Amino acid sequence: FLPEIGLPQTVMEKQGGKKSVRNVSISCSSRQAWASYMTNSPTMIVMIGLPARGKTYMSKKLTRYLNWIGVPTKVFNLGVYRRNAVKSYKSYDFFRHDNKEAMEIRKKCAIVALTDVKTYLSEEGGQIAVFDATNTTRERRELILNFAKDNAYKVFFVESVCDDPDVIAENIMDVKVSSPDYPERDRESVMGDFLKRIECYKVTYQPLDPDEHDKNLSFIQVINVGRSFLVNRVQDYIQSKIVYYLMNIHVHSHSIYLCRHGESHHNVEGRIGGDSELSERGKECAAALKRFVKEHKLSDLKVWTSQLRRTIQTAEELGIPYEQWKILNEIDAGVCEEMTYKMIEEKYPEEYAMRDQDKYHYRYPGGESYQDLVQRLEPVIMELERQANVLVICHQAVMRCLLAYFLDKGADDLPFLKCPLHTVLKLTPVAYGCKVDVFDLGVEAVNTHRDRPLVSFCLFLMFRIPNMWSVFCKTVHPALCHVFVHSMESETSVICVNQRHVKSYSLE
Amino acid sequence: MTNCPTLIVTVGLPARGKTYISKKLTRYLNWIGVTTKEFNVGQYRRECLKIYKSFEFFRPDNEEGLKIRRQCALSALNDVRQYLSVEGGQVAVFDATNTTRDRRRTIIMFAEQNGYRVFFVESVCEDPEVIAQNIVQVKLGNPDYIDCNSDEAIKDFMKRIKCYESSYQPLDEVLDRDLSYIKIMDVGRRYLVNRVVDHVQSRIVYYLMNIHITPRSIYLCRHGESDLNIKGRIGGDSGLSDRGKEFAKRLRNFLQEQNIKNLKVWTSQMKRTIQTAEILGVSYEQWKSLNEIDAGVCEEMMYEEIQERYPLEFALRDQDKYRYRYPKGESYEDLVQRLEPVIMELERQENVLVICHQAVLRCLLAYFLDKTADELPYLKCPLHTVLKLTPVAYGNFFLSSLFQNVNVQRSTEDALQTVPAHF
Repeated sequence: FLPEIGLPQTVMEKQGGKKSVRNVSISCSSRQAWASYMTNSPTMIVMIGLPARGKTYMSKKLTRYLNWIGVPTKVFNLGVYRRNAVKSYKSYDFFRHDNKEAMEIRKKCAIVALTDVKTYLSEEGGQIAVFDATNTTRERRELILNFAKDNAYKVFFVESVCDDPDVIAENIMDVKVSSPDYPERDRESVMGDFLKRIECYKVTYQPLDPDEHDKNLSFIQVINVGRSFLVNRVQDYIQSKIVYYLMNIHVHSHSIYLCRHGESHHNVEGRIGGDSELSERGKECAAALKRFVKEHKLSDLKVWTSQLRRTIQTAEELGIPYEQWKILNEIDAGVCEEMTYKMIEEKYPEEYAMRDQDKYHYRYPGGESYQDLVQRLEPVIMELERQANVLVICHQAVMRCLLAYFLDKGADDLPFLKCPLHTVLKLTPVAYGCKVDVFDLGVEAVNTHRDRPLVSFCLFLMFRIPNMWSVFCKTVHPALCHVFVHSMESETSVICVNQRHVKSYSLE
Repeated sequence: MTNCPTLIVTVGLPARGKTYISKKLTRYLNWIGVTTKEFNVGQYRRECLKIYKSFEFFRPDNEEGLKIRRQCALSALNDVRQYLSVEGGQVAVFDATNTTRDRRRTIIMFAEQNGYRVFFVESVCEDPEVIAQNIVQVKLGNPDYIDCNSDEAIKDFMKRIKCYESSYQPLDEVLDRDLSYIKIMDVGRRYLVNRVVDHVQSRIVYYLMNIHITPRSIYLCRHGESDLNIKGRIGGDSGLSDRGKEFAKRLRNFLQEQNIKNLKVWTSQMKRTIQTAEILGVSYEQWKSLNEIDAGVCEEMMYEEIQERYPLEFALRDQDKYRYRYPKGESYEDLVQRLEPVIMELERQENVLVICHQAVLRCLLAYFLDKTADELPYLKCPLHTVLKLTPVAYGNFFLSSLFQNVNVQRSTEDALQTVPAHF
């Protein structure tokens, strides 16, 4: 019901998303993540492999990682489309290669999925689409390559090859047993049916041939769950990053423990940033953490801290070796360092308001934004993927960024994730996601969490005496207020009201 | 990052880029702070043999030759042990053909005895053009062929390669499945990576997969003179002075003359580099990681003021300029860490112009010119000068300085005076 009005060109550009944004000095303008910027053409990542080879595991993990570093990515799982088309799954017979009717249905599903891919990449601003299916025949891959060519998408194949029967069996037990295809069957019949399903695919499986047929394609073959890799013709920046990521993840069970430093003097005073030491309660927390580590019998635990005193002091108490990472330091609040939120509101009211509008992209003057934090934390994530058991003692904003990666939280939710002091979060990978266990260390601390501001919209009042039109608009682009101009007569005034300020603009 | 020392072992026929890879990798690892040294067995052989006569030395049936070559390899391994176990080095790069399984077994046993992890880097290439180009570029200038003309040298070298071919046993997917290695095929078109076991190996693989040998040039310069430069103040986020703008205009003319193919332009996110790029009138990309070193409490102060207000800090900085961190700021060492993705992307790219800042430029230059941590903070990076890096043999770079002096009414010397001597 809102009047459709042409937005001024500059505002459009900033919303565009894909193309580069010149850094105009508006301190709160949304900046595109570097990784997203470097991904120029849309890319399709196409999985290849027999069932139970970890394709969906890799698809979901990769998608989570790419979204976290700021490259809009989405998974298109063909199994989901098939389940929509064929309401109830009876048995592996559906997958027999001589089952003509089924083959027709499966092909149709692929085409519907590809149509959705096209919508996502060409219309919805997506940059990467992960096409998660077996794609085991050359014919199917030709279909996809032609589709990509027609739409000017790059294609990167990820083939998972595995001949270790133990790994396959474990895979089936971990994820297939609880699949919607097998709602109430007992484990053994599930295993039996699924293994027969795999046999159906084996008959027509044509793996990638790097020497002849597929030598000009871009792909990575992941062999035996990452024991070795064959990488062919990496074309660009994002494919290079994808390869690096896939080469660093593993499937061994491990847990990651995230916590903040013990309560610090600044925390008690309500000040942000700085490099203060632990308060008395903070020191108690460090002792409690030591008991926690002992109780959980964490063998071979690696401990990481930042290079600020409060995390180091917390780690010292543990009595085990720890590593300091500068990139784990808290977000730099620039000119607002060591101020309380009240002081910031008084001294820099505009900045204060803008931060509430778009907490993820907002960059403190002379400081950082959450988006900057994510970029600097990337090596930490990569190393956490490589490692086994790690305890990371860090800070509120940093912990939010790391948590958002593991729990797949987007830019909107990330800055509001609850990370209280004196609490340890244990993250354990489970099936396709991550299980979180919360451990309260039992030592009191101040609450440093600020909830999302209740109201985030702008009220535009446009009036021309004596009439008055009011237009409500929800702030779609977080940092900038949309200015809808609907000039009736020559002189028009726009008054912008948000929860804190009233600003008046006159338009010539 | 590295608990056991790592021994990187190259594998491949002659003229496959092993030494190129060794030198580049060594330079990269040292720059990111992993102490690395390369050991080129060919050098040991030259010292032992004094005069190279011909390819006959390398014939597989030349008993005398084989004995000497084996001795050289063992001598080199001895020096590796000295470096890794005694001198505290973290990575040693053993650069030789290592084409037989036998030789590799010797090395693996040596590593096991000493507690080193082994990582093989094999380069496989059958493209005759690439090989020929390789020979012309690096072998002709080699001390072995000092007294030959090009044709003779090429012929002899081709015969030398033949001597190795008959006994060449490449790393095998089945037989060598328990080894950690990367096989680079056709100059990076394809890679086979097997059993990467730790962080260092993972970084090495990532680096090797991002480098290329396509000819290109990298241009580095600082922003034009800024208002704070004129006042002798460090850091801050000021705009360009008039002379700075003049420099940017001259730079634009320079680029137009050079007519560089597909030039990418990168700046930091500070006003002075952005303004410089804006005047160029081409599209550019901003990197936050290219921002100048954060001088913390000393931001926007003059060196004289720092000396007055923080005399201890000032002295400490002179003691160890590389590691010294401004209170609430950064050190050169921190800078290197945050510039690593820039270096990685520079390796991937082709022609690039980077408009940055003094400390940042020093770090980048140290990477390309293989300068140590001691030299890095004192590299000369004056304003209004464009440095052009052209790749030459063995992954090294040739530096030419294209001086774009903005000579309005001042001489060169005067223009540079705005940058205090102890900068």
